[in-house]
Amino acid sequence: MADPKSLYQEVILDHNRKPRNYGELAQANHKAEGHNPLCGDHLSIALNLDGERIESIAFQGESCAICKASASMMTASVKGKTRQDAETQIQEFRDMATGQLDVEKQPHHLGRLTVFSGVRDLPTRVKCAILPWHTLHAALHAVPDISTESDNDPMHAPIGDA
Amino acid sequence: MNMSQTALKSAPGAQATPHFDVERIRADFPILKLKPGGKPLVYLDNAASSQMPQQVIDRLVRYQTSQHSNIHRAVHTLSEIATAEYEEARRKLARFINAREEREVIFTSGTTDAINLAMHGYGRKFIGAGDEIILTTLEHHANIVPWQMLAEEKGVKIRVVPIDDAGEVSIGDYEKLFNEHTKLVGVAHVSNALGSVVPVKQMIAFAHARGVPVLVDGAQAAPHMKLDMQDLDCDFYAFSGHKLCGPTGIGILYAKAALLERMQPFKGGGDMILSVSFEKTTYNVIPQKFEAGTPPIAAAIGLGAAVDYLSAIGLDAIAAHEHALLDYATEQLLRMPGVHIIGTAREKAAVLSFKLDGVHPHDIGTLLNQDGVAVRTGHHCAQPVMQRYGVPATSRASFAFYNTMAEVDALVAGIRNVQKVFC
Ligand SMILES: Cc1ncc(COP(=O)(O)O)c(C=O)c1O
Repeated sequence: MADPKSLYQEVILDHNRKPRNYGELAQANHKAEGHNPLCGDHLSIALNLDGERIESIAFQGESCAICKASASMMTASVKGKTRQDAETQIQEFRDMATGQLDVEKQPHHLGRLTVFSGVRDLPTRVKCAILPWHTLHAALHAVPDISTESDNDPMHAPIGDA
Repeated sequence: MNMSQTALKSAPGAQATPHFDVERIRADFPILKLKPGGKPLVYLDNAASSQMPQQVIDRLVRYQTSQHSNIHRAVHTLSEIATAEYEEARRKLARFINAREEREVIFTSGTTDAINLAMHGYGRKFIGAGDEIILTTLEHHANIVPWQMLAEEKGVKIRVVPIDDAGEVSIGDYEKLFNEHTKLVGVAHVSNALGSVVPVKQMIAFAHARGVPVLVDGAQAAPHMKLDMQDLDCDFYAFSGHKLCGPTGIGILYAKAALLERMQPFKGGGDMILSVSFEKTTYNVIPQKFEAGTPPIAAAIGLGAAVDYLSAIGLDAIAAHEHALLDYATEQLLRMPGVHIIGTAREKAAVLSFKLDGVHPHDIGTLLNQDGVAVRTGHHCAQPVMQRYGVPATSRASFAFYNTMAEVDALVAGIRNVQKVFC
């Protein structure tokens, strides 16, 4: 197994400390919420599509460093890109995190996002890295809510009059 | 059962409990010799599942190599041996918890299965529309969701006893929730998320004075304190073998014989019947009435061996050593800036939940793992507790009697390292 510390590289720690594009977006025309019920992490992504181009994008939420840094670097990366370019990155990022894309050997458009390639050796953390990308995909398709799990979390039921 | 009475204060500088030879005990646990990633394993996730000593492993091997057959079925020798060993395991469990009778011990697949059995067997028969069930905020999802399912099916109301900032159940609030509709209390003996020891005996006495039966979720208590069903006087008690140095896939529901007699079966099938025809089926007597199909025979026998092993060490000695570990770890963490302990009940057992300023629990878990330290991070299947403290998750170190003061030091060093990475 690769050294898990390789995941906590300075770039990732820096984006966690000072996330880019963090906060509200005044006039967003696409939004989505993502959450991972297994760890309670959630984030929301808001963006403005100007025709086919992502003119602005912001995220906010509560999550681990891997998820937050992934969201931060993702927003920095897709801002100004076309919807199609963003979709390509979403697919490639997912393939990298799940070990289906070897960024050393195969062509890709991920640039510095390859710092996340180490998550493929940490199965329990793959979802943390991918959540922002799933949420971006949902936002681009304007699916209002996505989850890393199926939608049958029993804890969504009320538990009485505590 | 009062942990503080048996607690030995750990002196500054990590004093192990006298007369407790932890190194000799550790030698019984082959898995503790592992070195994942080249670092000695520091296993502090015992509340999720504890490890198995060689004695239990050997018992499983002996059963499987020389005693295995199906039980309660054939007249051949192996079947008789397997049946006798399985029933002997039930006797061991009954003694371990000081049940009045062996038939009050129902083998289940674990705590979750045991609580579901109580819900289907008792709840669905005796609790109906307009009735109320009292639970506490501390409950594991296993002692919430089955009752929610009943509530939804029957129109039952669930009322929840709050906890205070320390993680203690407020007895005053508990008592106020009772009314003429109260039909059952479900309460954790020890909180898996916080370690709080709940004053269940007092709560049971109060409920019984109002004719209300009580189910105790003992998943986190059974490994850490001497249990006495007759003294506690609870109506149901559930726990899992795998948190007790036993196998997975086995646990028990203890229930008073009179209740079991009145309950309806949960699962139907072989072994739980006396006679079957398409006109009429007669159920078997307890405990068989609740053990449909071929049970996990080896696992039950393994659990019998596990409680023998724990009893030989002595639950009081186990509790004292674990308490010394918990005191020492608590002392260390309290001194660390940026570390906050979640759950500071006066009486606690073997669980230390904490958060670090500016670091998400999952990052803590991954980085500690890199130092060989295994802790649990997440909501611990106790989301109402997390909501109470306004956190999505915590990191949890949980101790067993085979842990050492040096392992607490490794945890502390690991946390320092996490803080360094994130500073
Ligand atoms: C308090 C408590 N109740 C119930 C359970 C469920 O136990 P099991 O998963 O073995 O059924 C656990 C353990 O996860 C627990 O800690």
